[in-house]
Amino acid sequence: MTEPKLGAYICKGCGISERLNCDQLAQVASSEGKAAVVRQHPFLCSAAGVEMIRSDMAGQGINQVVIAACSRRAKTEAFAFDTVTTSRANLREGVIWIRPDHEDNQETTQEMAADYVRMACAEVQQMRQPGGNTETGVNKQILVVGGGISGLTAALESAAAGYHVLLVEKSAALGGWASKLYRSIPTREPYADPQDTGVELLIHRVQTDPQITVYLNSYCNRTSGAPGQFSIDISTESGATHTVNAGAIIQASGFTRYDASQLPELGYGQSPDIIDQAELERLASAAGTEGSIVRPSDQAEVKAVVFVQCAGQRSNQPGHLPYCSGFCCNAAIKQAMYFKDNNPSVDTVILYTDLRTPGNGEDFYRSAQRKGITFSKGKVTSVVPGKQGAEVFFDDLILDTQTSIQADLVVLATGQIANAGIDVEHVTSAEEPTDKTAISVLNLSYRQGPDVPQLKHGFADSHFICFPYETRRTGIYACGPVRRPMDMAQARIDATGAALKAIQAVENAVLGRAAHPRSGDLSFPSFRKEGCTQCKRCTVECPFGAIDEDENRYPLFNESRCRRCGTCMGACPVRVISFQNYSVDTVGQQIKHVEIPDEMDEKPRILILACENDAYPALDMAAHNRLSYSAWVRVIPVRCLGSVNTIWITDALNSGYDGIMLLGCKKGDNYQCHFVKGSEVAHDRMSKISDTLEQLQLEKERVAIHEVEITDIQRLPALINDYADVIEKIGMNPFKGF
Amino acid sequence: MEKSASKQPPPTTTAEKYRNNFLREVEDNVEEGEWVKMCIQCGVCSGSCPLGSAWEHPPQELFMMIRAGQREQVLRSDSMWMCTSCYNCIVRCPRQLPITHIMHGLANYAHRLGIAPAQNPTRRFAKIFWDNIAHSGRVNELLLSIKLYFMNGFGEGIRMAYHMAGMGFAMFKTGRLDPFGLFMHKGIDNAKELQTMLTKAREIEDRRRGLGLGVAVKAD
Repeated sequence: MTEPKLGAYICKGCGISERLNCDQLAQVASSEGKAAVVRQHPFLCSAAGVEMIRSDMAGQGINQVVIAACSRRAKTEAFAFDTVTTSRANLREGVIWIRPDHEDNQETTQEMAADYVRMACAEVQQMRQPGGNTETGVNKQILVVGGGISGLTAALESAAAGYHVLLVEKSAALGGWASKLYRSIPTREPYADPQDTGVELLIHRVQTDPQITVYLNSYCNRTSGAPGQFSIDISTESGATHTVNAGAIIQASGFTRYDASQLPELGYGQSPDIIDQAELERLASAAGTEGSIVRPSDQAEVKAVVFVQCAGQRSNQPGHLPYCSGFCCNAAIKQAMYFKDNNPSVDTVILYTDLRTPGNGEDFYRSAQRKGITFSKGKVTSVVPGKQGAEVFFDDLILDTQTSIQADLVVLATGQIANAGIDVEHVTSAEEPTDKTAISVLNLSYRQGPDVPQLKHGFADSHFICFPYETRRTGIYACGPVRRPMDMAQARIDATGAALKAIQAVENAVLGRAAHPRSGDLSFPSFRKEGCTQCKRCTVECPFGAIDEDENRYPLFNESRCRRCGTCMGACPVRVISFQNYSVDTVGQQIKHVEIPDEMDEKPRILILACENDAYPALDMAAHNRLSYSAWVRVIPVRCLGSVNTIWITDALNSGYDGIMLLGCKKGDNYQCHFVKGSEVAHDRMSKISDTLEQLQLEKERVAIHEVEITDIQRLPALINDYADVIEKIGMNPFKGF
Repeated sequence: MEKSASKQPPPTTTAEKYRNNFLREVEDNVEEGEWVKMCIQCGVCSGSCPLGSAWEHPPQELFMMIRAGQREQVLRSDSMWMCTSCYNCIVRCPRQLPITHIMHGLANYAHRLGIAPAQNPTRRFAKIFWDNIAHSGRVNELLLSIKLYFMNGFGEGIRMAYHMAGMGFAMFKTGRLDPFGLFMHKGIDNAKELQTMLTKAREIEDRRRGLGLGVAVKAD
């Protein structure tokens, strides 16, 4: 290994040289930062500036670079040096833009800048150039589980992008629910009439695509491995099994319709004339284009039909679905048109509480009104079956009356239940034993359970908005109604998105790089076996199930499954886990190299450990808006709050910091943590820090943890300033100078 | 003046033809009635109406009642007679329903059927105004005012006239009021032709309504 040689480059542009004494910063870099080469440049991110750095790398053998300029989130392309380790001192967004330009602030602002230069020099000396994961698989095949609209689309899209696809379908035929529909909700202008489902064409294209291999009557009996190197045992119903390999998996296992027999108050099961939407599709298919739909009880033509929306949905009653399935309002409109288009004199009434027509459903709704379909805002209280037909009792929500309506046929809009397999996070208790009926979809051989974790209401997802398709099992992507309730048009879009994700995953995996959200990251965690106490905290806390145990009960890292959040590093009580360029030391040394003024100086120092995903960008944006915050703070970005090791807290307090602020993403049910559980485990760890504070005889206010959002641009500076006030009130840390 | 007796029962043939489907009856007979089915029950019209609190059934509710087949309650209601044609609801309706026109259409239809509330002041004034202008083709303002004052009886008419006497005198002084106009009102040049046109128009309208209603409705 070559001798480390540090070069520090100070930018004088963007007003830095007007506000700061750059010569003093250069002095700090060379004397305290031990930089062999220190240069200043009026415009460092320009071609000339970058060229200056590159020529030093070539000529002077500089292999550790400190850029003292703007935030690490700015000018990333200019300062991307592949062969050397790089650290950034944030003088622009971190110092001059958040400090008011005033003579009185001159001294504290300069101190802030000097500390950031010291920190960057300390950090870069601890960093190693990441080499990428060498345990890579090279398989680029994509396995699609499920042969419905989502699965067919995902298979076709992946194949069109040039990837070989293995499509596993449990039943004997492709097409899923779509093939059971008479017509579908329109997806084309003018969105006025039901249209052909188009599923036959999809099936045909899949069956004739040379890039797609279809396995019917089959399921995944065992799934093991990681992105780029999955191994799947595909079993047929007859019991024959053969093993295939894939680089990524798309789970498009779809939905099961809600069991309407759980709705006795709506008369389901008590009369053949009370049916759900799926059964009406069957009646409509039987009637075809020529005949009229007949009621099942006596085969008489239906003259009056009532659609009951939100049947067992959007309700907190036990046994009901709490969520909206999203497709059923449009489906009811479509089905009412089956009747109206055939015979306009049929009375069609849709009883709804809130009509929700996603996509271009508003045009479809308008078309239905033109066709004379009646929409009544009413909450159905009961459906009483008669000899033929039924009477629907409802509260009219506009006229505020209780009334009823007679119908030949009643259609209940029941919801979708995700086929997400076994809930691996379900804690079995006496009152709530595990769902015995749940069948695993993937049969993963992971220690964390046989299926992907579920987010809400049994759907397999990680975040509806910020990172759809992602599951917490790297390389496995969910799409379609298994992810959230949706209709066919949405499922097609969803499947396309998941196919793209799967392609990214296999391509990254082959190169030994991380997947979302640190896509392309070459670093990966490693651990020092001699120090490990086999406490298993890393394996338990890893949000992605990337850590197994080897036969000697040591952690076994699956680098390809790892998302590089560092939650394992934060969890480790003996600090043996590290990344090449991010470790207990890269942050620990930054903490130690901040100059802590003497107690008499009355200049407190506040350490901020800010999540680089939301909190740090929010701080940058506060700077762009020229909001100001206290000069006492020193901010260190961390990959995730989950990577914060408590040693940093105790070290900081021991070395004289007066307060520590931890800024992470929102946790809990509506989390925004990019690593799902990172922020949560950090909060959990910090709730136990009070013991440490007590041992040190320090006030509990000295450590504060906050959930922030990327939009908290105004709130964050206020939060910091309030905390600075708190610290001034409780006084200086008594450990200063020890 | 009140020739169409409100006690007279509504034509049963109408109800028979439409079975219980009052919505279809409205579509066929009420001006802009075909829009009623397009209402999405958002309630913006009711919220926008400056007189909303004075209506027993705001527009959104009327539309719902029509769909619910509440024929009597709608046509005998005085709600649509409250409309002052401010057009707030039309401007704001997300479905572009001509709500103001539908309100007048409903009022007109109820009037034609003879089941509109007899004592409704809007209805009575509208009739006074129509008789006045249809007679000569130009409004006799003095006669209109007097008929309006005496609409609710002789005693109140005198009180009202006394109350407005000052203004009447002032208008007289500035040449805005001609007391002889009461008897020597100058209508349009050939009022006879206007009468002929109106009779013809009524014939056409009755014929059209007859097609829709199945019975010729005697309009006052």
